[in-house]
Amino acid sequence: MANLKPVPSAREFDLSRDSLRQLNLYLHKEAVGEGISQIRVQNPDGAHSIACGLDAELDVHIHGHVGYYVAGMNKHATVTVHGNAGPGAAENMMSGRVHVKGFASTAAGASAHGGLLVIDGDASLRCGISLKGADIVVGGSVGSFSAFMAQAGRMVICGDAEDALGDSLYEAVIYVRGTVRSLGADARFEPMTDVDRAAVKGLLAAAGRSENPDDFKRVASAKSLYHWHADANQEY
Amino acid sequence: MCGIVGLLVKKPALRASLGALMVPMLTGMTERGPDSAGLAVYTTPVPDDRHKISLYSGTHAVEWSDVLNTISQAFAQHHEMASHGNHAVLTTGADADEMVAWLRRHMPTVAVLSVGQSIDLYKDVGAPADIARRYQFAELQGTHLVAHTRMATESAVTPAHAHPFTAGRDFCLVHNGSLSNPHLVRKRLEPLGIEFETDNDTEAACRFFEWRLREGDDLKKAVERGFSELDGFFTFLMGTENELLIVRDAFACKPAVVAETDDYVAIASEFRSLAHLPDISQATIFEPKPEEIYSWRI
Repeated sequence: MANLKPVPSAREFDLSRDSLRQLNLYLHKEAVGEGISQIRVQNPDGAHSIACGLDAELDVHIHGHVGYYVAGMNKHATVTVHGNAGPGAAENMMSGRVHVKGFASTAAGASAHGGLLVIDGDASLRCGISLKGADIVVGGSVGSFSAFMAQAGRMVICGDAEDALGDSLYEAVIYVRGTVRSLGADARFEPMTDVDRAAVKGLLAAAGRSENPDDFKRVASAKSLYHWHADANQEY
Repeated sequence: MCGIVGLLVKKPALRASLGALMVPMLTGMTERGPDSAGLAVYTTPVPDDRHKISLYSGTHAVEWSDVLNTISQAFAQHHEMASHGNHAVLTTGADADEMVAWLRRHMPTVAVLSVGQSIDLYKDVGAPADIARRYQFAELQGTHLVAHTRMATESAVTPAHAHPFTAGRDFCLVHNGSLSNPHLVRKRLEPLGIEFETDNDTEAACRFFEWRLREGDDLKKAVERGFSELDGFFTFLMGTENELLIVRDAFACKPAVVAETDDYVAIASEFRSLAHLPDISQATIFEPKPEEIYSWRI
């Protein structure tokens, strides 16, 4: 008779007992070899760099609040934070999905190249700074200087934006539903097209949200900073 | 980098465990500030005719009973002294300004850390956990406290450069960040007769706010003035005899997290210093918004 040893499909780490290094080593190496796809993390208690640098189709659930750089550099994995995230959540993400159920601190999704970052609550200042191709959906509002110098990718803001939204934007596009306290240099409102509405609809659906795409405004680059103007006198 | 820690207990029954609740908060900020630590604890005020003066002798061995005897010979009033190694709190019926001036003249190896009717102040160099043990922080009782772990970036690692900074009576301030115009602030304050003890940027902010308080501003108004006068990055946490206040600069460059329950308001640079607190899962948790002033009274 074959040895019917049960194959574990989920694994739990408790950071009040297990070290962060153990967890991240497991996510980088053993989890991939063992064929375990779901990993639960208990008692994160604000630890930094949880589930950073993942490179496999893992499904990581973190139950509690996390510190800096959760799911930084993520590739392929789905990381869900059932709590709030500290600065730099999903920074430099390459692909996959990171979902913060609470609020996210500064610089969420900074420099992210691909994948989807969903923040159910508010995001603090500099959300999506230097965005390089990822999509970000924020259920709440974003702080000042969000999407600063964002080069590619899309950002959907269901709430409001504080000052200097999209300052020095390149090719990234922002969709915002609420009020914008001020646009940054070279950012401007543009008419929504059917392509924009379809994009917002798709991103909201991917984020599990139900806002009406018709309620969003498009913010993109006026491209006046793309070339240096000798006459501009550094006033934009 | 630096770590800030603030705690205000709303229920009188919790005042006895103020220090015990705070020690894990302080040690949780060790990575952000491993070189020095300090705290100001606010206790039930002494009677109107008395003052508390926190004293620190550094590496000098001081026999505090001798200090008390010398003080008693110089001042007729009643004095008491409670000491822990190189730290002591003098409670005196003498005029506080006269006492401080006398101490500076006659006891040059003893530094005055704070003066007031509620505040006790401790600060020293070393790992936060060592300092907490050295001064038995876990035993501290009181209504609220302001603490700091320091990673020096702009001036020397000495006990005098450690935070909190104090000025005037019962006022203290800790700072995560750096100011770019402390010398201008100092140049403005010194002609008004305000003396500085160090070259530290935070001291300039502390003395600026305390000057505004003496000029009649309340703490909120003083902080609003600071937005145009103090240039740089800051999360400031301040204490007075009945208030705890936090404010972040316009760019929110330095972090802060607040957790509030019916029992307490707890503040730290990061959530990891709050995670151990009782009923934290029921707490309202938020990050102070830039240039928004948050304060709580006892």
